[in-house]
Amino acid sequence: MTSYDVVIVGTGHGGAQAAIALREQGFEGSIAMVGRDRLPPYERPPLSKEYLAGEKPFERLLIRPERYWVDKQVKLLLNLEVVAIEADARVVILQSGQQIRYSNLIWSAGGRSRKLSCAGADLAGVYAVRDKFDVDRILADLNAGASRVVVIGGGYIGLEAAAVLTKLGCKVILLEALDRVLARVAGETLSRFFEDEHRKHGVDLRTNASVERLEGDGSRIVGVRLKGGELLPCDMAIVGIGISPSVEVLADAGSAVSNGVEVDRYCRTSLPHVYAIGDCAAYANSFANGAIVRLESVQNAAGMATTVAKVLCGKGEPYTATPWFWSSQYDLKLQTVGLSIGHDAAVIRGVPASRCFSVIYLKNGRIIALDSVNASKDYVQGRKLVETRAEIPAEILADKELPLW
Amino acid sequence: MAVVIVTTRVGEEHHLELRPGPSLMELIRDAAITESFAICGGNCSCATCHVYIEPAFSEMLPEMSEEEYELLDFSNHREETSRLACQIPLTVELAGLSVRIADAS
Repeated sequence: MTSYDVVIVGTGHGGAQAAIALREQGFEGSIAMVGRDRLPPYERPPLSKEYLAGEKPFERLLIRPERYWVDKQVKLLLNLEVVAIEADARVVILQSGQQIRYSNLIWSAGGRSRKLSCAGADLAGVYAVRDKFDVDRILADLNAGASRVVVIGGGYIGLEAAAVLTKLGCKVILLEALDRVLARVAGETLSRFFEDEHRKHGVDLRTNASVERLEGDGSRIVGVRLKGGELLPCDMAIVGIGISPSVEVLADAGSAVSNGVEVDRYCRTSLPHVYAIGDCAAYANSFANGAIVRLESVQNAAGMATTVAKVLCGKGEPYTATPWFWSSQYDLKLQTVGLSIGHDAAVIRGVPASRCFSVIYLKNGRIIALDSVNASKDYVQGRKLVETRAEIPAEILADKELPLW
Repeated sequence: MAVVIVTTRVGEEHHLELRPGPSLMELIRDAAITESFAICGGNCSCATCHVYIEPAFSEMLPEMSEEEYELLDFSNHREETSRLACQIPLTVELAGLSVRIADAS
């Protein structure tokens, strides 16, 4: 049986950064990365942005050039699926039946795009935006003449895809089931601002819009049927309704799992020698007032990866990194710091109509998060306010002429 | 061969082949000579690709955007010659450019 000192499951940002950080920390043991993907680790955020827009070729998305993994002796085991873990024997089992023994396991398997549960969800021309394969199929359809697109889901992926497709000349309809876009991650001001922007750019954006089913011609999608009966003809649908964390294998192995794999401040699961990081890991987050949350971001994946690498090198320190995130839509750059979950007040700094403003989120009078749109200064200064949970009167926060810090 | 000379945080000097097109950040990242570099992939969001530029070259670089200027404030090691490498596209004119990678955080 092959065996490695560290086996990393997942080749996304978390997995890649775990291997990079282990080597940076001087780890000399053997490392293998096992992943579903067929390609070496690459950046995911550009998939719904520059890569979809054709502005950045794939080579520039590689987290490290291919020779890096060879040079650093990180074995890439690609296009493989881990189906089971035997925690006592410290073995992962692949779909092929092959077994790999580990001394320590880092689970960074991310998640799978949630699929629609309605009829027609499996028709050709219905895509997620999770990996390069998804986007390449979208690009192929566009090249073949697809131009009417229905985007289902008003989260970041859906909005970013709608912005790029509109810029590419597509006729885009965006459907959000709730009463506003970004409802899960931002306050209402930001939601309304982005809704307005998309409409101004020509997107037919509809909230409170529920999908009844996807209509096909026998094999390929031809339209989206709304509850209420209206049919929206289209050449393609893009579904961005979130991910389901890839946690079943760990749960089956006996690990504590709730919304994600539960880990402590050192990214340890309840199984010995098994760590979990990134999109699939849930932990008590001090930026969410100690609530157990799961964060889907590059920052979180990379930060947890570095934490585990240090733990495995005997230099462990708790994971406490400040959450940050970004999104690009049209010429708008959204930058977020902190977590706005559970805020009880929001202060608007600047005027949204000027397309340069911030929203500052407070709880019990303390600053817990900030969303800035084309306002990097606020983002930079806001990070310090979030980290110190600063208490600043609303009228000062709202005054753009006064510095935040 | 046109090169960019990069000095790492621990003082090692590397001569990297300059190929026009990608950013200085990508050149340094792909050479794998330094730690904790370019977490955000060049989005001007994390400031981990902070470098010091040899003064003779600073005028040949694109002007700093307000965004880059602000983000450099994330660093406790900001100097007059500080730039974010992700905001510097490589051009043939930059042959011989010498930069030093700033300390993290």
